[in-house]
Amino acid sequence: MTVQPQIFITPTMQSPMDLQRTQAAGQTGSGAESPITDRLASVAAGRDVPSEVHEQVLLENPVLEIDRFNLWYGGKQAIHSVTMAIPLNKVTALVGPSGCGKSTLLRSVNRLNDLVQSVRVTGDMRLNGDSIYDPRMDVIELRKRMGMVFQKPNPFPMSIYENVVYSLRIDGEHSRGVLDEVCELSLRGAALWDEVKDRLHDSALGLSGGQQQRLCIARAIAAEPEVLLLDEPCSALDPIATGKVEDLIQELRGRYSVLIVTHNMQQASRTSDFTAFMYLGRLIEYGPTTEIFTKPILRETEAYVTGRFG
Amino acid sequence: MSSETRRPRRLGSAHTSLAAHGEPWIWLTGGGLALAIAMITGLLAFIAIRGASTFWPAPLELLELSDGRRVLGEVTANEEMPVSAGGAATARRRLVRTENFEISGNHYEWFEDRSIAAVSLPRWATAVERMESGRLHGTPSRLLHGDEVIAEGPEKTWREFERLHPPAMARWRRALRIDRHDRGVLQRDLRAARLAVVQADLDGGRQSAGYARALEAEKRVAQRTGEQSARLDKETASLRGQNEGWAVEFLAADGTKIPVRLDGIVRAWQPNRLSFLGKAGVYFSRWWEFLSDDPREANSAGGVFPAIWGTVAMTLIMALLVAPFGMLAALYLREYATPGPVTTAIRIAINNLAGVPSIVYGAFGLGFFCYVLGSGIDDIFFQPSLVADNQPTFGTGGLLWASLTLALLTLPVVIVATEEALSAVPNSMREGSYACGAGKWQTIRRIVLPRALPGIMTGLILAMARGAGEVAPLMLVGVKKLALDLPIDGTFPFIHPEREFMHLAYLIYDVGFQSPNSQAAKPVVFTITFLLVTIIALLNLTAIWIRSRLKRRHLSQQF
Repeated sequence: MTVQPQIFITPTMQSPMDLQRTQAAGQTGSGAESPITDRLASVAAGRDVPSEVHEQVLLENPVLEIDRFNLWYGGKQAIHSVTMAIPLNKVTALVGPSGCGKSTLLRSVNRLNDLVQSVRVTGDMRLNGDSIYDPRMDVIELRKRMGMVFQKPNPFPMSIYENVVYSLRIDGEHSRGVLDEVCELSLRGAALWDEVKDRLHDSALGLSGGQQQRLCIARAIAAEPEVLLLDEPCSALDPIATGKVEDLIQELRGRYSVLIVTHNMQQASRTSDFTAFMYLGRLIEYGPTTEIFTKPILRETEAYVTGRFG
Repeated sequence: MSSETRRPRRLGSAHTSLAAHGEPWIWLTGGGLALAIAMITGLLAFIAIRGASTFWPAPLELLELSDGRRVLGEVTANEEMPVSAGGAATARRRLVRTENFEISGNHYEWFEDRSIAAVSLPRWATAVERMESGRLHGTPSRLLHGDEVIAEGPEKTWREFERLHPPAMARWRRALRIDRHDRGVLQRDLRAARLAVVQADLDGGRQSAGYARALEAEKRVAQRTGEQSARLDKETASLRGQNEGWAVEFLAADGTKIPVRLDGIVRAWQPNRLSFLGKAGVYFSRWWEFLSDDPREANSAGGVFPAIWGTVAMTLIMALLVAPFGMLAALYLREYATPGPVTTAIRIAINNLAGVPSIVYGAFGLGFFCYVLGSGIDDIFFQPSLVADNQPTFGTGGLLWASLTLALLTLPVVIVATEEALSAVPNSMREGSYACGAGKWQTIRRIVLPRALPGIMTGLILAMARGAGEVAPLMLVGVKKLALDLPIDGTFPFIHPEREFMHLAYLIYDVGFQSPNSQAAKPVVFTITFLLVTIIALLNLTAIWIRSRLKRRHLSQQF
């Protein structure tokens, strides 16, 4: 009996040096002297390249606006003047090869990068009009307005119930009724309620990986966030658990504004309404997912989403 | 595949294959572990066997020597001894616990086997533990009340002794309790009243109304305590009077008559006629005395209860003091401080502190805690005692200062362990908490600390093990050879952190090496060591049990 292998596009790290060498040898898939290599090579050389943003994006009502955002780790610039608007109640996917700054950008939205000593930023982001990088902005209050799910499931070492209501607990919510209600709603929202309703007070660490990740989503949506940030939420999960989390993202669409970083092109195309392609810290192209995957403006984007590089 | 078609590969020599498989390393590492385990278990087994066998009643052998001497005692050792200059000829000799110190001037004596004419186990041979001047080995001959002979002959005397001894002992104990405890309470009351007078003098001078009131109060207290003291005198006199004149006369092996007061006998047993159960009874009765009684005869006999109490109290107070200090310091260092040369320097300094000889901590404790802090407290709160008796309260060694000194000594262990535990908490947990909108302290309190607690407990266990066995600093800051007033007892205010206390580890040093007859004290030293090891093990097991409960709550088996 043969097993049909599950096909995932696995992007491999490609350094600018490799890219330049490929270009010099003239062996790129789309032929020599193509604009793909031109654009990507100029990005690699550190030149500014304008982002291609589709009109449909601009028509949407934005929940989060990123405005000429730059970020440095020490002396190394990781994000170069990214400007984009995340639409309200839609799923937006960030794709790009490893090291292109997707996760850094995501972590900049809720200022988790503040925890890293050497980080410096310029530019701004606005959440429903409030400047995120305003010096007067209270970071803790800001983070309460967002939910985040990480690559690896990170349930807290406490019961399932306490995990879900964590953000309410730290706000000092003691009313049993409120907590119970939020717990059930969030777990139902994360499609986990039926699996754990009988063991809410067991340790969350006893759940399977996929359940843990959905628990983390439940925890993230418990505080009714304005934006939900998902940082490669399926990269540590098996295909079945991945499928469940993807179904969940489908269900969240329309109710939450979701910004998801993914390495998986199929996942981006299945789950998102809009897709942004990033490369080496720059936003290359941004538009409706169907267009990005079927008729992108740039051939570089096409090359990436079809797996010809990256 | 046949052997002909196989391509000739380079043939590994025995050496390369050995290196590749790493067999020697398995043997080397395994051997190292085995050696360590053998040494530790060997030491523990040695202590346990020697310590536990101290109280087992050994048979009393009567040695008749060829020169006509007769000796009654327990054979404690046998050895081969060279008799000629070159050591070619050897002879066996045995070490006998002869006791009867007042006759022989020895507790132990060596006898060569060839000088012994006959050995027997006399049926009525008795070992007598006396309140004073050590053990006696002999045969009961007469029971006397004044000049009157109540019983004669070993059998009758023993029967009468067994009948009369318990009530005499009860009276003796009652009188002792009155002297030690009841009179102590009266003296404390009297002293408190006297100090109140001094305090009133210091406050308002001799003309003040307060002084007059205090004087009046002191007079009342003096009168009351005087009456009570007279009553106690009468009671003790009556108790002692009833015991007066009762004595048992023992016949030593050489025929000397040794009379012993009936209430001067702690316990007597006749090992040669005891059944196994009878021996077990003596064994447990001696253990019970050891665990529950005050020491006698320069700590070499009796019990060690005050020392057990002092050891446990000091270790627990030390743990209570060092845990918050160490945790707070490590939390700041790991969670709040910006990493840099300063934190590195602090870390190195802390690690170095762990290597400072403990006597240095003792000197610091004496100089700072006792003389600076303690004297300061005395000046403010206990001035009357200082003025009237020239007696410091906190300005000298005591339980609190000893615990603090040891807390300081074990602080590096706790800080290092806590830091390790904190750094073992995955950063993803912290980030998850921050992303939920938790502040730094909320994250530490709800996520980091619970997760790190088992690791912190490990540090505390190590600290307790180190602290409980430490002697050198304690000698400077509060441990005494004899301190019968417990630091925690039933008299108000129940906890007396200023009191000096006894400690098992110090007792080992004192009994084993400061005692006038160290030979006789040797078995007791083993027992004390065994007890100390057991107590530390029990304290650690408790902490380990708590830790495993914490672990079960916070970490699951999965992943």
